[in-house]
Amino acid sequence: MKTVVHKAPSKTQELTYELKVKQVMRKKVITLKPDSTMNEVRRILRDNKISGIPVVDGTRLVGIVTIEDLLICLHEPEIKGIDEKVKNRMTKDVATVYSDEPIVRVVGKFDKTGYGRFPVIDRAKKKLVGIITKGDIIEGLLKKLETDYHKEENYTYSVSEIFKDLNSNGCILTLIYKIKGGDFKKAGEQTSKLRKNLLKLGFSPETIRKVAISAFEAEMNIVIYTPEGELIAKIYPDKIVINTTDMGPGIPDVEEAMRPGYSTAPDWVRELGFGAGMGLPNIKNYTDEMTLESEANKGTNLSFVVYAH
Amino acid sequence: MKIKDILKKLDLQVISGHELLDREVSGGYAGDLLSDVLANAIKGNIWITAQIHQNIIAVASSKELSGIIIANNRKPEKETLEKSKEENIPVITSNMLTYEISGRLYEIGVR
Repeated sequence: MKTVVHKAPSKTQELTYELKVKQVMRKKVITLKPDSTMNEVRRILRDNKISGIPVVDGTRLVGIVTIEDLLICLHEPEIKGIDEKVKNRMTKDVATVYSDEPIVRVVGKFDKTGYGRFPVIDRAKKKLVGIITKGDIIEGLLKKLETDYHKEENYTYSVSEIFKDLNSNGCILTLIYKIKGGDFKKAGEQTSKLRKNLLKLGFSPETIRKVAISAFEAEMNIVIYTPEGELIAKIYPDKIVINTTDMGPGIPDVEEAMRPGYSTAPDWVRELGFGAGMGLPNIKNYTDEMTLESEANKGTNLSFVVYAH
Repeated sequence: MKIKDILKKLDLQVISGHELLDREVSGGYAGDLLSDVLANAIKGNIWITAQIHQNIIAVASSKELSGIIIANNRKPEKETLEKSKEENIPVITSNMLTYEISGRLYEIGVR
């Protein structure tokens, strides 16, 4: 396992710093005593399909005996070594790792030494607490990636699944936002809430942008020209339908109002950067369908549709 | 080019969003009419404006702009700064006028 250093670390590389040895090591370690024989080594390696066994005296690690040591015994004339004690055949200078070390250090150590496993030592108690192989590291990383992935996905997933989970022939989620006229400080707040909800529901950035721009303009119109109004967003799996109603003065000439640059906004509103006569044309540009109905002194009813991408 | 690269070349003051300066800037837009910005600014643009009220944050976040530069030594309103933190939009101020900021940005390659 080579540690490749990229300019931007991958998620996996980040995890090798985050994960500690104790999180991925095997805690159940098969061990031998110094007086065990190589014959026992053969049996244990075969029965457990492992390739190395730490040798402990009490709780203290005194050596390691591996499949290579066994092979050497088996190749000796008359196979005498097989009856020898482990303490005469083991590697005494054992390379170990500490349980609180990050995985990245162990990966480096595997690279450098070429060993297949490291006994894991508790730094404070100086005692053998586990064993770690490359396989354990891969498994630990995969498990962690999977958990993280689920955590990230879960929220969006659970909300957007509403459409499928509720048993019906179709599902429309309706969100209602009240808009107060004249309150420029709060203008845009309802759109901002709507935008965040659409994000949670997993709509694409492009779809959300179109809805947000159009809803913002609609909200501004209510704030600038009317005492109060309401924005109702009907959210389908494949489209968003927005309807705004208000108790305002109405638009005397709807056709004229749709003309870019036409505005009836007072000067102080224009100074704030609103009332440029582009609100309604903007909505028309950014939506797939738009209808505007208005009656003088009764209010305005605007609706538009954005299809999801 | 990132916002922090622009800061190295132009004399600008970051008022909020110090942690967001790694953002890539796709180009620029200048204007004080919010609807105009909504219609014509492009995602990732840095926006130069004289407006200081909090609606500029809503506009910037709707269009996913990379940041706002307030021109002519004007200081953003308190609510604007609060909103900028909520919506993660860096707010930068400058003594220069909109025209000069635009020109300088264009000169250093923000196009």
